[in-house]
Amino acid sequence: MSALTVREPQLALEPRLLSRTSCAAPLPALSRAREREHLLAEIEASGLTGRGGGGFPTATKLRAVALGRSPIVVANGTEGEPASSKDKVLIAANPHLVIDGAVTAARLVGATDVVIAAGRADGRGIAALEHAVAERRGFDQGIALGVVAAPDRFVAGEEKALVNWLNGGQAKPTVDRPFERGVRGRPTLVQNVETLANLALIARHGADWFRELGTPQEPGSALVTVRGAVRAPGVAEIELGTTLRDVLAGFGGLTAIPQAFLLGGYFGTWVSARDALDLPFTNESLRPLGASLGARLVIALPQDACGLAETARVVRYLGRESAGQCGSCYFGLPAIATAFEMLAGGTADAPQALERLSRLVPQVEGRGACSLPTGATRLVTSALRVFAHEVDGHRAGRCCAPRRPAVLPVPDLHEHEWS
Amino acid sequence: MSRHIRVNPILCDGFGQCAELLPELIELDEWGYPIVSEAPVPASLEAEARQAIALCPRLALTLERRRAAQPLGAAR
Ligand SMILES: Cc1cc2nc3c(=O)[nH]c(=O)nc-3n(C[C@H](O)[C@H](O)[C@H](O)COP(=O)(O)O)c2cc1C
Ligand code: SF4
Ligand code: SF4
Repeated sequence: MSALTVREPQLALEPRLLSRTSCAAPLPALSRAREREHLLAEIEASGLTGRGGGGFPTATKLRAVALGRSPIVVANGTEGEPASSKDKVLIAANPHLVIDGAVTAARLVGATDVVIAAGRADGRGIAALEHAVAERRGFDQGIALGVVAAPDRFVAGEEKALVNWLNGGQAKPTVDRPFERGVRGRPTLVQNVETLANLALIARHGADWFRELGTPQEPGSALVTVRGAVRAPGVAEIELGTTLRDVLAGFGGLTAIPQAFLLGGYFGTWVSARDALDLPFTNESLRPLGASLGARLVIALPQDACGLAETARVVRYLGRESAGQCGSCYFGLPAIATAFEMLAGGTADAPQALERLSRLVPQVEGRGACSLPTGATRLVTSALRVFAHEVDGHRAGRCCAPRRPAVLPVPDLHEHEWS
Repeated sequence: MSRHIRVNPILCDGFGQCAELLPELIELDEWGYPIVSEAPVPASLEAEARQAIALCPRLALTLERRRAAQPLGAAR
């Protein structure tokens, strides 16, 4: 199968985000309105978008929050996505760059409070951040820095949930939009830690430098987590627009013929290996497949695994992670998980399961106070499309990949706290 | 500028009274929670819409004015 052979690693990229030399230069002065406007224009020109999954233009968010009264900045390093480690790796490798970005964002929007949130289970990240904050004592004039350890729930990293928890509530979403009404009721800029690290680099080196990597529409580098059927799973910095084939080569290449990739995270999209392997890693090129970069996670599913069984486990997990606040999510996700398990189980009930799924998905998609239900239906819909041939097999009562270890990690049934 | 019904899914308890008062714009999912139409509320249904909103026991419904584009609407 020559189309799936892997070339030499092509990731000979001078790391930006994961290199400490990148934060040697001083940050620009921002005490004057003119200086702030200059940097905002530079961030706009850089085309920087959010690295936390939504991909929203960062300059637009900064400008919206800057209009509000005494705003607050929250650096989101919670990374509740079980298969993803890119934010944890960034925080451990370069905590000062993340803090530089958060402090710069605070100066741009007129905030004096910065909260940096990491996941409670990420002890190494919390320690790195606390150590870095201690090292900076006296440096960030007029800015109060705090490090917090957020609950380890999938939904806790959703910005409204994080704000609610910072306000003393549970890490469950509300309906208030943080840029209007966030921490302590104040306008709040919630930004992913990788977004902030990029912001700090743009402040130092400018938009043109930032655009030296990436594509004109999607400039810059990206941290990606790659796992599954690759020789050296982990996190690396890639240039946006690198083909998936070259990204995989950078992780030591494939260990088995892949049938499909899960792109974006647990509420991402399955794509067939054949369709995706030679596509540049950008939202633009993945859009026709219904996929996006999302949380920048790539899982290569080997030929001998069952995409339906893998998906069933993840959907059950997502259902368990429902914050239980919205009926369509609380009832809908477990119902979808049950139907999907029936399908994946390869029993005679598979045809009914498929029919039930086609009725459940439209009832759940787009509902709820956060994107968990929509994300779960996206995963399910893409699984039914990409593993259509397997669906036929399972309908006939056959499962292709009997007992093999799971590829997609799902945390054990846990009693992680909501607060 | 158009008006749309919006439900706060966290407040809603799913007894479905609103769907009885305004079946043209609100249907229920199989668990009894309202699926609200994205369409603008037509002038002919404005009175019914206001009544459904006023009678919601959880005050979960609001009438929302929408401009053509929502600036910072849907983050992930
Ligand atoms: C269920 C759910 C979980 C999320 N988890 C995270 C997370 O762990 N880290 C993160 O940065 N963003 C997460 N997000 C996205 C945030 O809501 C928010 O969009 C992001 O932090 C904004 O930062 P950015 O614009 O820099 O990407 C999550 C969203 C949802 C719906
Ligand atoms: S949609 Fe689900 S996870 Fe999101 S707020 Fe509602 S109940 Fe919680
Ligand atoms: S009347 Fe209110 S509480 Fe009852 S279902 Fe409708 S929105 Fe929900």
